[in-house]
Amino acid sequence: MKLSREEVIHIAALARLGMTEAEIEKAREQLSNILENFEVLKDVDTANVPPTAQSINLVNVLRDDVPQPSLPPEAVLANAPDREGDLFKLRAVLE
Amino acid sequence: MSVDLNWLTIHAAHELLAKKKISSVELTQACLDNIQKVDGKVKAIVTGTLDTALKQARQADEVIVRGAATPLTGIPALMKDVLCTKGIRTTASSKMLENFVPPYDAAVIEKLNASGMVLVGKANLDEFAMGSSTENSAFFTTHNPYDLERVPGGSSGGSAAGVAAGEAIFSLGSDTGGSIRQPAGFCNVVGFKPTYGRVSRYGLIAFASSLDQIGPFTRDVMDCALVMNVIAGHDKRDATSVPEPVPDYTVNLNGNIKGMKIGIPKEYFVEGMQPEVDTAIKQAIRQLEALGAKVDWGVSLPSTRLALAVYYIIAPSEASANLARYDGSKYGSAYLNTDSMWEGMEKTKQFGFGPEVKRRIMLGTYALSSGYYDAYYLKAQKVRTLIRREFDAAFEKYDALVTPTSPTVPFKIGEKANNPLAMYLSDVCTLPINIAGIPGISIPAGFSNGLPIGIQIIGKPFAEETIFRIGHAYEQITDWHTRRPKL
Repeated sequence: MKLSREEVIHIAALARLGMTEAEIEKAREQLSNILENFEVLKDVDTANVPPTAQSINLVNVLRDDVPQPSLPPEAVLANAPDREGDLFKLRAVLE
Repeated sequence: MSVDLNWLTIHAAHELLAKKKISSVELTQACLDNIQKVDGKVKAIVTGTLDTALKQARQADEVIVRGAATPLTGIPALMKDVLCTKGIRTTASSKMLENFVPPYDAAVIEKLNASGMVLVGKANLDEFAMGSSTENSAFFTTHNPYDLERVPGGSSGGSAAGVAAGEAIFSLGSDTGGSIRQPAGFCNVVGFKPTYGRVSRYGLIAFASSLDQIGPFTRDVMDCALVMNVIAGHDKRDATSVPEPVPDYTVNLNGNIKGMKIGIPKEYFVEGMQPEVDTAIKQAIRQLEALGAKVDWGVSLPSTRLALAVYYIIAPSEASANLARYDGSKYGSAYLNTDSMWEGMEKTKQFGFGPEVKRRIMLGTYALSSGYYDAYYLKAQKVRTLIRREFDAAFEKYDALVTPTSPTVPFKIGEKANNPLAMYLSDVCTLPINIAGIPGISIPAGFSNGLPIGIQIIGKPFAEETIFRIGHAYEQITDWHTRRPKL
């Protein structure tokens, strides 16, 4: 099974990942090859097997909601690609 | 001093420091001089931290003079460049974070700083820890100190090669599918992945959150235990860190493994394994037998053959979620010169990430997408349960399992660069251990034509002490770990 061009474009859109035409074609090849190797799982009987999300027995780690000191705004914004005053500056999400 | 200080173990250096026969400044300078001499060839370091190192060394010397030195006080180390260091660039070897300067330290960095570590540099890796050779670094490939035409393994290749080349006394890496153990095996050093939850990951740049663990590279098992004594333990800032007491990992390193039950799972002696690796590992196992361990050569973990597929569904799925944060809004590279926000986000990722990272984001996004989730991600999580159950059953009978660390000796740079699947097979012996969340250590176990071979010892959850004891006992009757590369 080879992924279609449309499928690759759809996945890239879900991931918000820009791709060139050459990258789309390469991804079709390589992803298809890798996915083929996953077929080995199809025949495994997992009818009554629960999924493992992580390997330790901790569940619902809770803590009291106590205010803590946080980083000063200058430290938080020091790596900002774009800012206005003490705010991260982004372009409009809705146009 | 006539000894080469930069080649000391932590425990030997500590003894000399505590007796004031050497200073941390001298020890640190020896490492810095050697970095100057060999790192142009090895290329283990992304960012050197010379000024920080000398400042920390002088501070350590003050502590030593007061008689307050602990085992890591004044010891020079490298940190994989996915561990956040306050005020020091932390890149994940990615263009995306090329200019990222963290505003805080990772938990392990805090702990090491508090114990007096001297940071000599940030070590190279495969971009975002995705790879087995460091060839995926956006900056440069690290070279194996034992053969500069070959890879050091990965993803923590810089951390492994740096210790192997005498650039630092120890280092930290991270291990998601073998990223500490495989390069340790390739570079003839000790590399350890702790039990999932043992070491806080606060401040570790995330790859696959149900698999990632931080661990040390050292020159022997005693040093590994000494580093674990500092970095292990619960941290409320990492909800997956486990509130289990931390023992003194050095206490049971007594060379006595008489009567310990060791299982050899036959599925780890895989098709395509190099015969010289097979020979070296079996020889090492016979030496454990000679030390009095009861070895069962006939163990079977049949689901092992499924681990590669499980791993390459779960890890990219989690990676695709973790890496969604690099959208050019709060930190990291940003492509601002577009008409719309969405296009800017797409271009930011397109230009910020390298091919392997993109491949895994695509793979993970696919496996999690509507219509495929049950067939891929959920199925992989169920098979994950089967793999873990097989380990649990084996550990009812055995104290530890022993396998090769990797099926081959270090491969040539470029050899597997265009074949992602062949590259993934390099981790076939290490990734089941991450899937199960159990601890595993790689220890030097021989050479083939001058190229290192590692042996992997696997333990029960939180039974780090047991595998340290076996590894340490093996070191007492072998000298592989004392060999050095000719550079």
